[in-house]
Amino acid sequence: MPSDTLRESPSQTAGPYVHIGLMPNHAGIAGVYPVDLGTDRLPTGSRVTVVGTLFDGAGQPISDAIIECWQEAPASAPSGRFTRAATDPDGLFTLEVQRPTGSGAPQVCLFIMARGINVGLLTRVYFPDHAVANEQDSVLARVPPWRRHTLVATTVDEHTFRHDIHLQGDNETVFFEA
Amino acid sequence: MSGLIARVPGWNPAALTPDYRSTILRAPKHPPLTLTDASSELTGPIFGHDLLGALDNDLIRNFSQDGGDAIGQRIIIHGRVVDENARPVPNTLLEVWQANAGGRYRHRREGYIAALDPNFGGCGRVLTDDDGHYALRTVKPGAYPWPNGGNDWRPAHIHFSVFGRAFAQRLVTQMYFEGDPMIAQCPIVQGIPDPRAIDQLTAKLDRANTIPMDAMAYRFDIVLRGHRSTFFENRPEGN
Repeated sequence: MPSDTLRESPSQTAGPYVHIGLMPNHAGIAGVYPVDLGTDRLPTGSRVTVVGTLFDGAGQPISDAIIECWQEAPASAPSGRFTRAATDPDGLFTLEVQRPTGSGAPQVCLFIMARGINVGLLTRVYFPDHAVANEQDSVLARVPPWRRHTLVATTVDEHTFRHDIHLQGDNETVFFEA
Repeated sequence: MSGLIARVPGWNPAALTPDYRSTILRAPKHPPLTLTDASSELTGPIFGHDLLGALDNDLIRNFSQDGGDAIGQRIIIHGRVVDENARPVPNTLLEVWQANAGGRYRHRREGYIAALDPNFGGCGRVLTDDDGHYALRTVKPGAYPWPNGGNDWRPAHIHFSVFGRAFAQRLVTQMYFEGDPMIAQCPIVQGIPDPRAIDQLTAKLDRANTIPMDAMAYRFDIVLRGHRSTFFENRPEGN
């Protein structure tokens, strides 16, 4: 190994009690932080909601995960948006994102942590109402066509998209390495 | 901004490590797809010092209910966050969580019979300084049994979450304590193929920074993925 480079610290699972550290108020540990990081609400109108269920390889919902969402700022905005959400007892998660705009294929980046996940899983969500831009997206173009749908949400209504995530199995979501 | 230095195979644990039973149904079967255009993932959230409260990095005090300290061995954990190019990562957020001195987590799903400590919550956070340094104060967590193989006990560990500058640098890991015999027997730790990588997660006793008659100190440095060199890419500004 060259002497002037180091190796990244290896990853370990976040474990079943990840909420203690990352969402303590949600876990019932009150009074340490005034608010859990990444749980602030957007003003109505600029927000859309992505709702989905996280599934394991047996098709069972995962109720002990935390999903983080990073949305890069459009050129006009000062900073991007970071959100954190816990899956509920039915494996359901709800992410509030800025209404996707722009000329490229709008996307949000996700990072998924849980018991049984040794290295946090990186993925993306694209939006169904930008089909032309999605067709031209260089990342989507490299995804095998029969798996592309796992990265694109479906429309519920004008404020809401549905996006289930499967860690394993027939509809396994595409995960990335940067 | 250039991409990140590629991950070295055999350094991180594989997704599927069957001795750690929870990975059996949660490990993706497909290998991850390499992002050729990771531009979204090469930016990330920035957190300022105004986020933090005065006790955020002090787990001995930050959940005190009756004015008392948390029970257990008082320790300082400190170190430096750098990237693979040995550059410091300043002003980056570390979040930690752990069991109490008896090995009991404050969580509704925790079933272990060791007692809760009313003055210990188990979470803390800190920002690295301009040179990438951080320090936390806590009690040494106890080993704890978990429903994996029937007689599995986790070595004493503290969970660390680190942001870095880029969303793709995001690291979630665990810190262990040197000299712990349970490290060699833990299926989660032993999912890491290379003993040098396990050693990198093992904090070292730091007698020089012990506070006499008060707290022992451990040193734990963290390395995040670095940016690769940009020779021959269309970037006149270089690295």
